[in-house]
Amino acid sequence: MEWLGLFNYWVVVVLMMTGFYVVIAQGNLIKKIVGLNIFQTSVFIFYISLSKLEGGTAPIYVEGITAYSNPLPHVLILTAIVVGVALTAVGLALAVRIHEAYGSIEEDEIQAQDEEDARNT
Amino acid sequence: MLMGIFSLLAASLYVLLDAVDVALTEAAVGAGVSIILMLGALVLTTSEEKVHDAKHNLLALVVVLITGGALIYGTMDMPNFADPQAPAHQHVAPRYVQDSVDEIGIPNMVTSVLASYRGLDTLGEVLVIFSAGVAVLLLLGAGTYRRRPRPPRKRTK
Repeated sequence: MEWLGLFNYWVVVVLMMTGFYVVIAQGNLIKKIVGLNIFQTSVFIFYISLSKLEGGTAPIYVEGITAYSNPLPHVLILTAIVVGVALTAVGLALAVRIHEAYGSIEEDEIQAQDEEDARNT
Repeated sequence: MLMGIFSLLAASLYVLLDAVDVALTEAAVGAGVSIILMLGALVLTTSEEKVHDAKHNLLALVVVLITGGALIYGTMDMPNFADPQAPAHQHVAPRYVQDSVDEIGIPNMVTSVLASYRGLDTLGEVLVIFSAGVAVLLLLGAGTYRRRPRPPRKRTK
């Protein structure tokens, strides 16, 4: 089963492209942020897949075990998850603010209002 | 709702891939806090999407397919999943695995790397979270020019 060795990475790519498509194609700002979250999670899964080691266990020292999975990507992803949530919060706050100013979170409606404003001034 | 399930599935996957610390964080932060933030945002804006007639965004699909194809092509050179000889396992990781228990004295290697070897990363993370908190407060808390006055949203963390 040599060709299955890269299967995890392909799943990651599919997940990432799903998120990417949502970010590009959705007009709704909140759904865009959801897409960004999916994209983000695919990167996390990619890193965690990299750190997995054949026959290894979780990187917590136990007497008699020599093979552990790589702790470094775990640390990086711990940081990235928390930062990702902080950025989600900022994005959602921006969406709320846009909704207050324009009364809509649909991209095309906001665009139309902007163009109308530009014509009136 | 679906996002909560998605986060939970991701957390289970991390457990299967031996990343228990990451799974804990994902379950708490991803499935917990970000869902609350999402629901809060939906309450403050609107939970109903404008109905579009079913048009597919062909350009976006093409871009996504090309990018995905390039990424798949990129994976062809990668070492196999869980290969012990992969370059990622050769650089600093052996030192963390072998010496961190003696050097730091904590059995959990993720903790010692996070708090000691790469403590500056954690400082940077704290800075990012602080700026994000300030940004959210500036965006929502100013309250000077609003159509409908509402109490400022409390941040949950």
